[in-house]
Amino acid sequence: MSFFTAENLSIQFGGVKAVTNVSFEVERGEVFTIIGPNGAGKTTIFNLISLIYPPTSGRILFEGQEITGLAPHRVANLGIARTFQNIELFEHATVLQNLLIGRHTHRTTALWQELLFLPPVRRAEIAHREAAEKVIDFLDLQHYRDSFVAGLPYGVRKVVELARALTTGPKLQLLDEPSSGLNPEESDDMAFWIEDLKKDLGITVLMVEHDMSLVSRVSDRVLALNQGEMLALGTSREVQSDPRVIEAYLGKQE
Amino acid sequence: MRFYFKTDYAQDVRLFQDGVQVFWYVALAAALLALPVLLPEYLIGQMVFILIYCIIGAGMMLLIGYTGQISLGHAAFLAVGAYTEALLQARGVPFAVSLSAAALLSGVAGFIIGMPALRLKGIYLAIATMAFGFIVEEVITRWEHVTGGNSGKQLKQIDFFGIAIDNDARFYYLCLGLVAVIFLGMINLMRSPTGRAFVAIRDSEISAQSMGIHLARYKTISFAISAALTGVAGALYAHKVQFISPEQFNLLVSIEMATLVFIGGLGSFHGAVFGAAFIIALPQVIVFMKDYLPTAIAQQTGLQPTIFGLILIAFLIFEPLGIYGRWVKIRTYFSLFPFYRGGMFRRQKAYMKSDRLK
Ligand SMILES: Nc1ncnc2c1ncn2[C@@H]1O[C@H](COP(=O)(O)OP(=O)(O)OP(=O)(O)O)[C@@H](O)[C@H]1O
Ligand SMILES: [Mg+2]
Repeated sequence: MSFFTAENLSIQFGGVKAVTNVSFEVERGEVFTIIGPNGAGKTTIFNLISLIYPPTSGRILFEGQEITGLAPHRVANLGIARTFQNIELFEHATVLQNLLIGRHTHRTTALWQELLFLPPVRRAEIAHREAAEKVIDFLDLQHYRDSFVAGLPYGVRKVVELARALTTGPKLQLLDEPSSGLNPEESDDMAFWIEDLKKDLGITVLMVEHDMSLVSRVSDRVLALNQGEMLALGTSREVQSDPRVIEAYLGKQE
Repeated sequence: MRFYFKTDYAQDVRLFQDGVQVFWYVALAAALLALPVLLPEYLIGQMVFILIYCIIGAGMMLLIGYTGQISLGHAAFLAVGAYTEALLQARGVPFAVSLSAAALLSGVAGFIIGMPALRLKGIYLAIATMAFGFIVEEVITRWEHVTGGNSGKQLKQIDFFGIAIDNDARFYYLCLGLVAVIFLGMINLMRSPTGRAFVAIRDSEISAQSMGIHLARYKTISFAISAALTGVAGALYAHKVQFISPEQFNLLVSIEMATLVFIGGLGSFHGAVFGAAFIIALPQVIVFMKDYLPTAIAQQTGLQPTIFGLILIAFLIFEPLGIYGRWVKIRTYFSLFPFYRGGMFRRQKAYMKSDRLK
């Protein structure tokens, strides 16, 4: 039984075949990257895993359990966290509050206890706070802890989004273009963090990324897509030298 | 300017940040308790209305300011609370029980309406809740043998565990106690997981869902709590005015309740208090101003709604953060003097937001 399996996934939006018959498996502890030109269907695969859309056909299994068909908010409980290509943070809250919202699946208290802020709520809040602080330390966000997200620069927001995902305590982390919009230095930090996710935290990473130097640096395996279909699957080197992949990116070479 | 040095996570979880803050809240409480001695009876009566509107404001703030869901039908819950109170009091039910029943019944009504209505968003939600408001108004008009229809219902004074609430000072203390309890409960809620889930839904539904938040459940909880608070306010209001009839719960009241939070300042319970004070004070100010206006204007009917509307538009354009936002800016100005920068509260547009996933 593999850790994560996508089986013959397909989805159509009206006439657009966004994803067609995509199958792959992710092993526990690896960094698996999906590449492909714009509109290839990469984000759509993430949306299928997040259960935002039901697939037209195919199924998704996580730790041997079929997740397609569950209610979307259940995905986080199973241990799958994601970041978004266009950053979806809670804008009018501080960085710390954003991370605390990430602790939602670890909630232990009932509404009536919260209204009275009874001792169990206080204890749970302190535990959430500690968990959030661990992630803040891990990603060096101390400086921004109490800043409002709306005022932060793009590069920092990207890190905050990763931080929020990590506070959920995921087993599988989905990253949609983690380095897009970052300068080379920030991009380099991001590469280090992805490596640390795998090595230090033991989190499996499923990532979509355009920056090929980052892809080759951190990925164990790469899947190339074009127009919703699988082109090639293998190590980063194998995929990058695959003639069909080169053709998809550069057009037909005569 | 004050700096906070924290050495313990418990400090982050505390209700008040430091002794200075505690001092100000104690001072405020003392001033509020002394008010009936200091102010004439008429103004205490107005204070009672402000306190009742504070409870409404807390409910609307929770729903609109914190959960990001609009309602233009909340006068219906005010009506449920008011009529529950009137009917139960007439049957000799003690006040503590009838007030709880008013809260419970409005809360349940909110839960039942919230479940289908909150699948809708924005303008559709506004219209659906507005329709609900019309339905309730129509029902209480037609259901004459229970509600008295257009001839309304009379209420007697409150008997609070043997104490007759027979003057405005006593009514004021009763409301003050309820406001304190309710606001404390709401502030507690907002610093707990449920409150944070509300904020998450307001700012990004798709992220909230990916954090494991059940959108429909939390929206409905928010709607039900806000309806229950409105029900409590309705029961108190019924006693304050001593006579209720359907037109006291029409669309204009719903709109007034919703605008309260926009004027006060979205996303803070301080804003609810400022908004409540504003809504009650404005008509008084207008009446006062009439003496100084040219008669042609002063005699116009609809002067008050017009001024109200103009002020609302002015707020939305010039001070979207409401009265509370203005207050924070002034306070920051003084605490940083002379280092305040003009653009300090302006939001950075450092990114592009896509609506691809919506
Ligand atoms: N909700 C939707 N409704 C209709 N079409 C959609 C929807 N979501 C995605 N598509 C279409 O599916 C195709 C794949 O989109 P997707 O966002 O997955 O691309 P991508 O590989 O992530 O591209 P990029 O590199 O630009 O992020 C596109 O043609 C897109 O227009
Ligand atoms: Mg994409």
